[in-house]
Amino acid sequence: MPKEDRLTPPVWEGGRAAPPNGDFRMIGKRNRKVEGLAKVTGRAVYADDLVLPRMLHAKLLRSIHAHARIVSIDASAALALPGVHAVVTGADMPTHFGIIPWTEDEQALCTDKVRYVGDAIAAVAADDERTCEDALKLIRVEYEVLPAVTDIETALAHPEWQVNEKAGEGNISKHVRLEFGDVDGALAAADHVVEGDYWYEGSTHAPLEPHCCVAEFDATGLLTVWSSTQVAHYLHRDLAKVLNLPTQRVRVIQPVVGGGFGGKSEPFSLEFAAAKLSMSTGRPVKILYTREEVFYAHRGRHPMRLRYRTGMNADGMIAGTDALVQLDGGAYSSFGLVTTYYSGQLLTAPYALPAYRFDSTRLFTNKPACGPKRGHGSVQPRFAFECQLDKLSERAGLDPIDVRRRNFIGERTKTVNGMRVTSNGFLECLDAVERESGWAGKFRRMPYGRGIGVAGSMYISGTNYCIYPNEMPQSAVQLRLDRSGRATVMSGCSDIGQGVESVLAYIVCEELGLDLRDVRVVAGDTDLTPVDLGAYSSRETFMVGNACLDAARHLRIKIAQTLAERWGVSPGEIVLADGVACATSDPAQFAISVKEAFQWAEARHGTLGSVGWYQSPKLGGEYRGGTIGASPAYSFTAHVAEVDCDPETGFVAVKHIWVAHDCGRALNPVTVEGQMEGSAYMGFGEALLETQRYKDAAPGHAFGLHQGPSLLDYRMPTSLDTPELHALIVESVDPEGPYGAKEAGEGPLHPSIPAIANAIYDALGVRCDALPFDPPSVARLLRGGDARANWERARAQVGGPR
Amino acid sequence: MLTLPVFAWSRPKTVDEAMRVLAASPGECLIVAGGTDAVPNLKHRLHEPKRLVHLGGIEELRGIRVTDAGLEVGALVTLTELAAHPYVREHYAGVADAAEHVASPQIRNMGTVGGNLCLDTRCTYYNQTFFWREALGFCLKKDGTRCHVVPQGKRCVAAHSSDVAPVWIALGAQVEIATPGADGASGAVTRRVLPVEAFFVGDGVHNNVLVPGELVTRVLVPASSLGVRTAYRKLRPRAAIDFPMLSVAVAARGDASRIEALRVVVSALGAKPRTLGGLDAIAVGKPHDAALAEAVGAVAFKQCHPLSNVPYDTDWRHDMVPVFVKRALAAALGVNA
Repeated sequence: MPKEDRLTPPVWEGGRAAPPNGDFRMIGKRNRKVEGLAKVTGRAVYADDLVLPRMLHAKLLRSIHAHARIVSIDASAALALPGVHAVVTGADMPTHFGIIPWTEDEQALCTDKVRYVGDAIAAVAADDERTCEDALKLIRVEYEVLPAVTDIETALAHPEWQVNEKAGEGNISKHVRLEFGDVDGALAAADHVVEGDYWYEGSTHAPLEPHCCVAEFDATGLLTVWSSTQVAHYLHRDLAKVLNLPTQRVRVIQPVVGGGFGGKSEPFSLEFAAAKLSMSTGRPVKILYTREEVFYAHRGRHPMRLRYRTGMNADGMIAGTDALVQLDGGAYSSFGLVTTYYSGQLLTAPYALPAYRFDSTRLFTNKPACGPKRGHGSVQPRFAFECQLDKLSERAGLDPIDVRRRNFIGERTKTVNGMRVTSNGFLECLDAVERESGWAGKFRRMPYGRGIGVAGSMYISGTNYCIYPNEMPQSAVQLRLDRSGRATVMSGCSDIGQGVESVLAYIVCEELGLDLRDVRVVAGDTDLTPVDLGAYSSRETFMVGNACLDAARHLRIKIAQTLAERWGVSPGEIVLADGVACATSDPAQFAISVKEAFQWAEARHGTLGSVGWYQSPKLGGEYRGGTIGASPAYSFTAHVAEVDCDPETGFVAVKHIWVAHDCGRALNPVTVEGQMEGSAYMGFGEALLETQRYKDAAPGHAFGLHQGPSLLDYRMPTSLDTPELHALIVESVDPEGPYGAKEAGEGPLHPSIPAIANAIYDALGVRCDALPFDPPSVARLLRGGDARANWERARAQVGGPR
Repeated sequence: MLTLPVFAWSRPKTVDEAMRVLAASPGECLIVAGGTDAVPNLKHRLHEPKRLVHLGGIEELRGIRVTDAGLEVGALVTLTELAAHPYVREHYAGVADAAEHVASPQIRNMGTVGGNLCLDTRCTYYNQTFFWREALGFCLKKDGTRCHVVPQGKRCVAAHSSDVAPVWIALGAQVEIATPGADGASGAVTRRVLPVEAFFVGDGVHNNVLVPGELVTRVLVPASSLGVRTAYRKLRPRAAIDFPMLSVAVAARGDASRIEALRVVVSALGAKPRTLGGLDAIAVGKPHDAALAEAVGAVAFKQCHPLSNVPYDTDWRHDMVPVFVKRALAAALGVNA
């Protein structure tokens, strides 16, 4: 198929944003989530709840060295242990895989080399987990320890200590340099230029549910894998590839998943190992990661060293930005190619950047691989840039909210790097946080120790390309109606708690006038559901929502035509709402139940079914990498954070975060608010508490051991630490989203960190340019500079209390 | 998930029965009350006992009693019960406050006064899984010979981390211990009583005086301590869950206009809580003012030396010693810091 012949979704009269039956009856209302009751009553079935007859348990042997050559593996003693059924090693499935087809650099179990403490080497299946643990201790691995690279500096200084042999040169995982406009000229001419170094320490997702899978290889040669994944389709492909099975004989089922946040968006050792062990034992095999193993699986937010130089003119208009970024990628590529692009490509709205350059380099290090975490790749540069805007606003003597307004890029426009912007409610977001926070009475007006800060951001609603090149739909839905009055919607989409199954149900209810209890959602089962690419890039509501809208609309039209024929009215008069199908011209005469309407339609057309699919338009800039970051719709967010600091100790308490988010249209305001609050919480935790660090180990032992891979040592905020979160929904109604919806799951995280940093400056007069803003760091800043004088100067600029 | 090791299990109904069980396999038992510390430690293979002796069935270890002699707190009293007890709240606010600072409500519902007192010392290099400790290199507290906190150290410096113990010490509380008779299992069980301060020793591997076969039965607060004002301050990154990175207990007699007696105990440093010395000369007979607070803070700074056994920058934690001492002192005396 020629590349330009992309599928284009149907065009509906009145557009996608319009309600199908007069007013919205389900969309925009505070509805329950379809799976919510099962979760809160303990009836939801997660992967670890699955117990199959004759099921074995398995565990992985992991490397205690950060970097070592595997000289030999002897598992004979383990195999001899009573209760042990099988041992597999990398040699049993050496095929390389990787989520990005251009950087397939992982193996299910390492064959030649281990690249971080925790890298998987072998797997044991036994009657129970304790026997597995005993067996693991009996596997003898002979290592040749190699010098370890555990930070960006060492990775650059010692290219000969190559972590990953798939690197083009040295330890360079990916390098991207893109320039738009005359950056040097713009910065030279700017009235104010701020230059600074920023450090974003990485973080991990820490979903409540550890990774878990059950694999069963049956006598017919069918492999079924139940896994707590957020990308069943990609897992399906990689299982077939690595295990050398035909794809049509692999079935992946996603049970209820207890959170992902990006940490379950690629295949992991456990799925391959469980499958291989099931193939060799003929029995189902379960692997449940410990919390510690979840830290080693990681794929969390990249540590980034960022040097930013931004110019502003006296009128507050941004002149240009020059960014130099280094990403600490860990031992494998993961999504790193994309991350490297995202570290620059997603900065070009909501403000118009007339000139922009970024130079990003991702490096391999001997640590667990980094990957996509909520706000993939763009949270770190957003932190640096929004802090720079705050500094520049002060230089220019302007209010930072006002500066952000002045630079608004607008709607129905294009960014400097060629990204198409459709709807844009960023100004309304700024208005909302300014108003609700009482900004005017607080900024530069509160006593020493208390402060308020603002930041903005943008994010994608899915990307315009599948991870592997193809021209097939990115999302799909099959919808079945039944004479019982029930609808079943089937989709390969992945509900990881964000509520996409609920979104599908709401859409079907809205289109067909059904009660929420009369819609079943079958999702995430590669045998039963059409392909959807999964829960990543904030794509589900937008893409599978559109697919579902189309599927339901097709059937709605069929039903309307059936009724119109029978009643002798026009199809445009037919309304399906609240369980009733009627003609608006004479509802007293022409009204039946929706169930009866289904029966009439089934009698007229045969069994009722339809499909819908989504494929995005071709988007992006006309340059290499110009499609990365291109999305059919962008969400926009503004935060105001208010802090109360203890200058004596350095403790920062965040009291409030007002988060205004343009989600296009809130299909269910409750779940949108939940995403906004959860995002703000997650960003706040990264800003203040979470420390993702690796210890130097004792002589004779490898460096690069995670400093505390547990939820006791990796400190996420408790409910007592969490600020009051004020979610303020802004609806710009996007022309291409389902009923106008855009994403809400990741965008609202971005401004958390810079808003808090800017609030700390307002409170204390110190600039937190390195994460996390923990008490020792803040105390050090307070000791190191002339904080009080900075604070006085900033206040003087605004003038005393109003 | 992490597994538990294999062990035998006993659930005695009386102290005497517990003592017989302990005597039957000397040195091979782990005593468990609420299990909030023991269970994760077992999963980390920090303890590998042959037998767990669960005290939950021993009624005589429950309950808080007030007698003419003072306050008696059974070893099985939960931290929730201790924190909520009206007499404790009225007379020993610092005790109730410290108990409320332990972990989280769920853990306080399970965790006990005895368990809290006997809490194993903690270290960022020790409270980790077997795999992690192996990758690091085992330490001298468990399975190894090397100390990662003090590289040349021969003695374990894992941190005493009980929240309540420093307040007990500041108050002059005592601990009652059931101890086997002279001839072990067949001998009559006796009780010995010693100050809580003397209960702890400066050895992180085993930081108290209990010998195998012994059991903490009660904490006793003598009536003579009535009228002492207590306060507890805890340095921790989060407002719940975290163990102390620094803890300060203050017990003072008198009031802000004239301090009659003052004891300050600082912990989460090394293996035992540190009672500050030389305070009498600075504080007794004097009013609480900025100069006095500074002087007490300076003594604390000089005598307390945080180590890397506990997370967060040691210099910062050292700086926080006088800050938290001053705050605890002010809280005990009911004045603003």
